[in-house]
Amino acid sequence: MGESERIDWNQPTVEMRNIVKMFGSFKANDGINLKVHKGEIHAILGENGAGKSTLMNVLYGLLQPTSGQIFVNGKQVHIDSPNKAIELGIGMVHQHFMLVQPFTVTENIILGSEPMKSLNRVDMKAARAKVVEISERYGLNVNPAAKVEDISVGMQQRAEILKVLFRGAEILILDEPTSSLTPQEILELVEIMQNLTREGKSIILITHKLREIKEAADCCTIIRQGRYIDTVRVADVTEHDLASMMVGRNVEFHADKKEMPRGEVSLRVEELHAKDYRGVDAVRGLNLTVSRGEIVGIAGIDGNGQTELVEVLTGLRKATSGRITMNGQDAFNKTPRELFDMGISSIPADRQKHGLILDYPVEDNLVLQNIGNQPYSRRGTLQRKEIRKHASELVEKFDIRPRGCENEKAGALSGGNQQKVIIAREVTNDRDLLIAVNPTRGLDVGAIEYVHRYLVEQRNKGKAVLLVSFELDEIMSLSDRIDVIFEGKIVHSIEGGKADEKTLGLMMAGGGGAGGK
Amino acid sequence: MANKSADAQVLDSRSFVQKLMAGSFIYTLISILIGFAIGAVALLIADYNPLVAYGSLFSVIFSSTKTMSYCFVEYATPYILTGLSVAFSFKTGMFNIGAEGQYVMGAVAAMLVGVFVKLPGVLLVPLCILAAIAVGVVWGGLVGYLKVRFGSHEVLCMIMFNWIAYYFSNYIVNHPGVNVGGGKTWSLPIQDEAKITISQWFGKNVVSTNTHFGIFIAIACVLAMYYIINKTTFGFRLKAVGSNRSCAEYAGINANRCVILSLAISGALAALAGGLQVLGVTYKINQFATQESYGFNGITVALIGATNPIGVLLGGWFFGAMKYAGTRIKMLDGSRVPKEIIDIIMGCIVLAIATSNLLRMAVVRHEMKGGKV
Amino acid sequence: MVAELIRDLGIILNATLMYTPPLLFAALGSCFSEKSGVVNIGLEGMIVIGAFAGAAVGCFVPNPWVSFLCGGIAGGLFALIHAFATVTCKADQTISGTAINFLASGVSLFVCYLLFGTSETHPVINKLPRIFDGLFGFLEEKLPGALGQAFAQNSFLDLVFNTYASAYLAFLLVFVVWFVFFRTRFGLRLRAVGEHPQAADTLGVNVALVRYICVVLSGVLAGFGGASITLATVSAFRPSIVVGQGFIAIAAVIFGKFKPQGALIGCILFGFCNGLRVVVGSNSVIPVNLISMIPYVVTILTLVLFVGRARVPAANGKPYIKSR
Repeated sequence: MGESERIDWNQPTVEMRNIVKMFGSFKANDGINLKVHKGEIHAILGENGAGKSTLMNVLYGLLQPTSGQIFVNGKQVHIDSPNKAIELGIGMVHQHFMLVQPFTVTENIILGSEPMKSLNRVDMKAARAKVVEISERYGLNVNPAAKVEDISVGMQQRAEILKVLFRGAEILILDEPTSSLTPQEILELVEIMQNLTREGKSIILITHKLREIKEAADCCTIIRQGRYIDTVRVADVTEHDLASMMVGRNVEFHADKKEMPRGEVSLRVEELHAKDYRGVDAVRGLNLTVSRGEIVGIAGIDGNGQTELVEVLTGLRKATSGRITMNGQDAFNKTPRELFDMGISSIPADRQKHGLILDYPVEDNLVLQNIGNQPYSRRGTLQRKEIRKHASELVEKFDIRPRGCENEKAGALSGGNQQKVIIAREVTNDRDLLIAVNPTRGLDVGAIEYVHRYLVEQRNKGKAVLLVSFELDEIMSLSDRIDVIFEGKIVHSIEGGKADEKTLGLMMAGGGGAGGK
Repeated sequence: MANKSADAQVLDSRSFVQKLMAGSFIYTLISILIGFAIGAVALLIADYNPLVAYGSLFSVIFSSTKTMSYCFVEYATPYILTGLSVAFSFKTGMFNIGAEGQYVMGAVAAMLVGVFVKLPGVLLVPLCILAAIAVGVVWGGLVGYLKVRFGSHEVLCMIMFNWIAYYFSNYIVNHPGVNVGGGKTWSLPIQDEAKITISQWFGKNVVSTNTHFGIFIAIACVLAMYYIINKTTFGFRLKAVGSNRSCAEYAGINANRCVILSLAISGALAALAGGLQVLGVTYKINQFATQESYGFNGITVALIGATNPIGVLLGGWFFGAMKYAGTRIKMLDGSRVPKEIIDIIMGCIVLAIATSNLLRMAVVRHEMKGGKV
Repeated sequence: MVAELIRDLGIILNATLMYTPPLLFAALGSCFSEKSGVVNIGLEGMIVIGAFAGAAVGCFVPNPWVSFLCGGIAGGLFALIHAFATVTCKADQTISGTAINFLASGVSLFVCYLLFGTSETHPVINKLPRIFDGLFGFLEEKLPGALGQAFAQNSFLDLVFNTYASAYLAFLLVFVVWFVFFRTRFGLRLRAVGEHPQAADTLGVNVALVRYICVVLSGVLAGFGGASITLATVSAFRPSIVVGQGFIAIAAVIFGKFKPQGALIGCILFGFCNGLRVVVGSNSVIPVNLISMIPYVVTILTLVLFVGRARVPAANGKPYIKSR
């Protein structure tokens, strides 16, 4: 069914006019317009921090606009709470799933609008029946009795969509819905979205991924730095056009890499086994080598043992068995300190949890591992002057903004600059192996380029780099070799240049038997 | 360009918040006023003019060197030390509600050594103090160990340790050989050599009151803690663990070790308070009927002092003066005001400090709306 | 010999049933607040104020149930302060709870001095009834010989089953709380709020309101616990009757994995320790002060052995701040 039949261009379901939202003196939204029709998939494109989420939180009643009007089905409305939004038929699927882990799928779906029976009891039977009914109608395929903590990310997302449909939503907001899905799961999601629009629902898709827009959306509204740029018919533009509109300039898609001979092996992991926090086997006989002068990318879907592997390599988790050597030295189950001293440094996935002490000034964060060494301390006493001098150099060299932030708390910096602090620290630590986990998550295009440049630079200096990322684009453009991780094992290993997204996606999902290790 | 200005924007508002946080002194003052205001209501309920009460208490405190030494030495010393103990634990993200038990154990240790070890004073006094500190290290560190090794909730553990210490002290006090005998419910007094009262060492002529050396030890602890927290790598690591444990571990800091050490040091400070109290004030230990709350009040002192060592010193003096005032309030003309009025005032102050977040947020919000847009 | 053993067992169980109900009330209260994500260390203070209010009212009002209710209300009022501090002001929950503890004992003693001139109330006019007194008296009289003797005062059956109404109420409440938690809409929402407040918020559940209700309920129940001490176990208030029960109740909840039925087992365990203390302490060579440590030592052992395995509600202890 073509878009012309699906979309009723005469029936706008949501219209936002000239929305302005201020935080203090900061304009997060500055006069944004949006018009979505019945049966339409409408993408909102913008970099991180462009104001997409703010706009959607305004539509969903989580935030009040400073000025501007909202119309739903032609009538002007004032949405002052999510309840009001739900009443108007607007539903939101958040990027970070809002699911109660120990609850069942059904319990999660009905929460807040529970079907009732006598004595103030929840009518679970009726609830389950209704969940099953909706699930079948849109081909969502979820198990209503399963506990959320036991089901896959894809199914959790479908549960989120069900949650919204259960409340009778006609307009669905999907916030970065593909960020943790496999390519196959993304295809399924696109199909679900089409099922939904065919039934007359409207979908607002928030994303910064161009390919998805091309694949799924009918129209696209572009936002840059809080301002409305344009609304285009997706069929009329190329990915490159979209990218330029999003960033406001031409974008380099690929990192510049020199040809490098592969050096000697730096990190070697053999038959590694480790359990996750619940005590379930997460890493199951993993083999991995990283040599000097190469970037090894670990591609895989979240939850296949990447987290545990990195935790073992950085000393945060004890492995149950296996062998790890770093430059030939035994590095199995050592403390973080010992591993650091052996030459392992890392850019952690969660920069606010593991990377920085947000309450500490930038200068202290820059010497976190080296505080016990001269010149930063002598006989246990801090040498403030030296710490400051070191920080000033790095702030200058690594372009950490704003200038002169040495004594500001790290928590006061923007996300991109926080990441720069970590990179400055880890690169200056000058270890032999750099482990980078989702190093660009949540960063804007400029900051992403910056991070990629430093990773490649480390490699070009003859360091070993292990890149663990859920962004396939990043893995493909940076890696000299791609190891695909699946269920705690490296199941495929491909030369960097030879990989294409489709095969990789298949391998990440456990398929693609040929060429397996 | 635009990027830069956005960063500067973030920094601007943050540094304002920081300034506000740094100005916690003003919120402490407001909280103290709130405490007194509610205390005034309680006084009215007890049918006593609050202005008269507060006025006469104030003049009583500063009426003579004797009353001032009561307030700022005898009453204040244990609170300064237990306050430091709690403040120190806060720095590592712990909450040493176990200061009560550590205080009791320190007192028992100092008493036992002071009663039974025969040594000249120059050796006996340090030995008593060391015994108290050692017991405090064990009693506090043990909770840290249980937390680190078994993940047990330190607050609940410490509260149980408090009660065990309480009954242990009562057991010791009533133990034949320690008990003074004759059906009395207190221990033998410590030997004169173990006393740290100034008059004991220099004769009654030098000072008119029974002031003791403990206050100097307490002040020394204040300075030592200030130095450790702000100037040493040890303090750097402790605070790192307190502020973001995951990151500290990631950066190779041994967080478990920090937790145990922090609680051991906290324990030592609280136990020292107990020890000095025996050596300088009580000379013996009574059987408890209820918990004496020297340790619990350390929480109040630490909060009034905003966990800053110098602040704790001031907070301890304030608290000591208040406690002394409590003993005098019944003696005011026509008063039948119970001394628990002080507990009510102090409880309200703690609550007000704990909730001052709200006030701070309101100020920030107001500033953002009115001041800048 | 056997008769003596049965009698001793009866005394132990009797003491257990004396000591368990206050703990159980408080523990059920703690279930509410902890499950909704608010740590309530102030439970101890709420027991104190409940005990005092129950006793103080009991000195003037003949109907013990009115006094009992007043105990609950007093606990609830102090809990309201805790809720205001932690939910509205996002204060540190442990510090606020500690302040509540100071405040509650300060206020009780303050008012106690004003009303009674000492730190002890007068004895209450009427204690809570033993609900089977009539029945047992009737059976003792009517049933022949040994059968009748089985229902006599201080017989095994009398000691174990003819206990105060508050004890039966506490045990009944376990079921009620279980029902509320796992069968009702409010239960579903309060568990969601304790696990993932944001999720609940986005679905239109009023997180602050749920937490307020739960914290106040915890105070009311703790207040009942306190009142059940002064209106059943003993018949007057004095400072030494609340000696850590609030904290032990929290430990029992952790032991019971934050479920009311689990907390019940925890409370009985601690109550039993105390029963042992009473019986062993009365005729033993071991000094009473050492025996008094038993419940606390058992609590620590519980924390050491069980806490690692209990699944703490994910948002427990964290104030919920709406993201922008």
